[in-house]
Amino acid sequence: MAYGASATAHDAHEHIPTGWRRWLYSTNHKDIGTMYMVLAMIGGVVGGAMSWFIRLELAVPGIQYIDDFQFYNVLVTAHGLIMVFFVVMPALIGGFGNWIVPLMIGAPDMAFPRMNNISFWLLAAALILLVTAALIGGGPGTGWTVYPPLSNAEYHPGPAVDFAILSLHLAGASSLLGAINFITTILNMRAPGMTLHRMPLFVWSILVTAFLLLLAMPVLAGALTMLLTDRNFGTSFFDAAGGGDPILWQHLFWFFGHPEVYIMILPGFGVISQVVSTFSRKPVFGYLGMAYAMVSIGVIGFIVWAHHMYTVGLDVDTRAYFVAATLVIAVPTGIKIFSWIATMWGGSIRFDTPMLWAMGFIALFVVGGVTGLVLANAGVNTAVHDTYYVVAHFHYVLSLGAVFSIFTAFYYWIGKMTGRQYPETLGRIHFWLTFVSVNLLFFPMHFLGLQGMPRRIPDYADAYAGWNLVSSFGALLTALATVLFFYIVYRTFTAGEKVAANPWGEGATTLEWTVESPAPFHTHEEIPAMGRRQPAE
Amino acid sequence: MAAEVIKKHPWHMVEPSPWPVVGTVAAFTMAVGGIVYMHTGIPWGFLAGVALLLITFFGWWRDVVREGESGAYHTPPVRHGLRLGMVLFIASEVMFFFAFFWAYFHSSMPILSLSAAEQWPPEGIMPLETWHIPFLNTLILLSSGATVTWAHHALRAGDRPKAVLGIALTVLLGFTFLGFQAYEYWSATFKFTDGIYPSTFYLATGFHGFHVFVGACFLTVCLFRARAGHFTPDHHVGFEAAAWYWHFVDVVWLFLFSWVYWWGSYGYQW
Repeated sequence: MAYGASATAHDAHEHIPTGWRRWLYSTNHKDIGTMYMVLAMIGGVVGGAMSWFIRLELAVPGIQYIDDFQFYNVLVTAHGLIMVFFVVMPALIGGFGNWIVPLMIGAPDMAFPRMNNISFWLLAAALILLVTAALIGGGPGTGWTVYPPLSNAEYHPGPAVDFAILSLHLAGASSLLGAINFITTILNMRAPGMTLHRMPLFVWSILVTAFLLLLAMPVLAGALTMLLTDRNFGTSFFDAAGGGDPILWQHLFWFFGHPEVYIMILPGFGVISQVVSTFSRKPVFGYLGMAYAMVSIGVIGFIVWAHHMYTVGLDVDTRAYFVAATLVIAVPTGIKIFSWIATMWGGSIRFDTPMLWAMGFIALFVVGGVTGLVLANAGVNTAVHDTYYVVAHFHYVLSLGAVFSIFTAFYYWIGKMTGRQYPETLGRIHFWLTFVSVNLLFFPMHFLGLQGMPRRIPDYADAYAGWNLVSSFGALLTALATVLFFYIVYRTFTAGEKVAANPWGEGATTLEWTVESPAPFHTHEEIPAMGRRQPAE
Repeated sequence: MAAEVIKKHPWHMVEPSPWPVVGTVAAFTMAVGGIVYMHTGIPWGFLAGVALLLITFFGWWRDVVREGESGAYHTPPVRHGLRLGMVLFIASEVMFFFAFFWAYFHSSMPILSLSAAEQWPPEGIMPLETWHIPFLNTLILLSSGATVTWAHHALRAGDRPKAVLGIALTVLLGFTFLGFQAYEYWSATFKFTDGIYPSTFYLATGFHGFHVFVGACFLTVCLFRARAGHFTPDHHVGFEAAAWYWHFVDVVWLFLFSWVYWWGSYGYQW
């Protein structure tokens, strides 16, 4: 069937733009996805370098390199913000979301291709603003949570915090426009026959993530605006002297911040579902349960924010509520973990690199999940609040959860994106090296935290020396693994084997494996018919 | 490449466009210029960013209007997507105001926060009289909601002059509202920097006023497009988006009026 009345409607749409215009003016979901991934890699190197600098400082007691403690705080702040906004989100949502969602739902592109491009470029501008913030006026030493009064004009009088605020404003606008784009694409552009209940779980994960972004980001924007006017125009939102309240910031920040951590992990859940199913050569166990588990995690994610604030003096009933609500999240998360295991159960499992990463994800995310349950209890939380136990917890769910899912997705889809397969042996070495080194890096932090070592400090008592050295050694090995990863990327592009449309065989049932590899500039120009296909996970 | 390829899907494959990058440069310039302004008082960088942003809006949406008018790109499924996008954008705007209402209630209701003011409005603040200008503005904005709906009915009936009149009245009422709000700000006895009451009051009503301004500009564009005959009885996504946005601004005002103006000054004796 022909659309658009006449052939003049699409004039140059077969034409592939060349040169710098192809990238700067892009309206192509694959090119924009690629740019997002390059940005995530740059962010990863910058944010990673900051974390290695932190670990070098903490390797042994005493001050090693960083005698300016404000600079240490700036490193911690910039590391956190960069990893959240400029690594995990652009890799999973902007990168793989852009590349794969239209392919999976049988759409020729995103709903709003121009808006897709400004989402990317705003994020690039935001990264420049954030790096500028770290480099001028003493930098923002506030932590990624930017709590006043530390972030007020009194304690951070220079322009650094303003740069950070406006960086987050632009990053937020980018996410918001991206979220509108993904929701519209997924709700409006699915191929005929692909009902919501037949949609691959990765698409479900991006849909839920996009809703969280849509509803959480504007609240951060409002809070940032209040902080900006407090700092520069004399309002008193967070200033007790004028009748305001610094706790208000924490409420607003965490009302955004808690959905934000699910924004980082949900796309990873989607990736793991695809990969576990593909390499077990079975459909996902409990497909609908998996989809609605993500929906419930998204919904409950909005009503648990104050579990980040147990020590600010909340009413005991309020704390009791937030403990209960937070523990409830373990139910849908448990559904996901057990369904992944049940998917593997009785499957004909292939242990290719993506599957290794996916299984590593499941194991390590469970560790991060159970420490999360520990921290959810207001009583225990008071004891370990702001210790390395918290640092260990969120690095297990993010560095070892979200980042593992990024590597899973990379090895799973790189053949589709480049037409060349990664080197399998090196991929497996990369996995094992990373698996061992990140556990060396982060597991000792549990012990340090339980022993009472506070977070965000450049020096510590001698009693903490042993595990800190182990941790820093793990950081060194992780750096090595990262170098290996970039070598694998290089090898994939220069010497990777050419791959067919579907290199994974019968387990890979989603639509992206029906188009050739590398996926051509335009795909699904003829809408694929889902016919009576089963759920496409 | 064959020029006569038949498009086999209803979607709009948008041509490469410079506007996203230009818009990003504008936003970046506004950010850096804004920081320069806040720390040195020099506004030119910020204003240059605003100018470039306006150019971007003009150029980008001119392209969208042309694509819509060409008749080939905005197929019914694409129009459905555009409407969905606008609904989602409005949902995000609701959450933006949610933050300011949160700040307002957190500061004024002891039941919600241990540090809320025990007396609201706080000592020394004389609030605006609810049933004077704020109520007048409520009537103005509600009337404008009626006129925009009237215009919509006229559009759907294909009655262009009546539609143009309806939109023009709506724009007029919108700017009248803004005029009264400006007068209200000018006559208020509390300054922007007088503590938490003016902080919440001016940011909540100020952002609302800004949204009224944006909505009125959006409707002004629709006014010219309606006069030019861009809208047909079954294809007028631009107008629908503007009308929905206008209703959203209206609803936010009702919350502002009832909570900030009315409840917020309930115990005050003028």
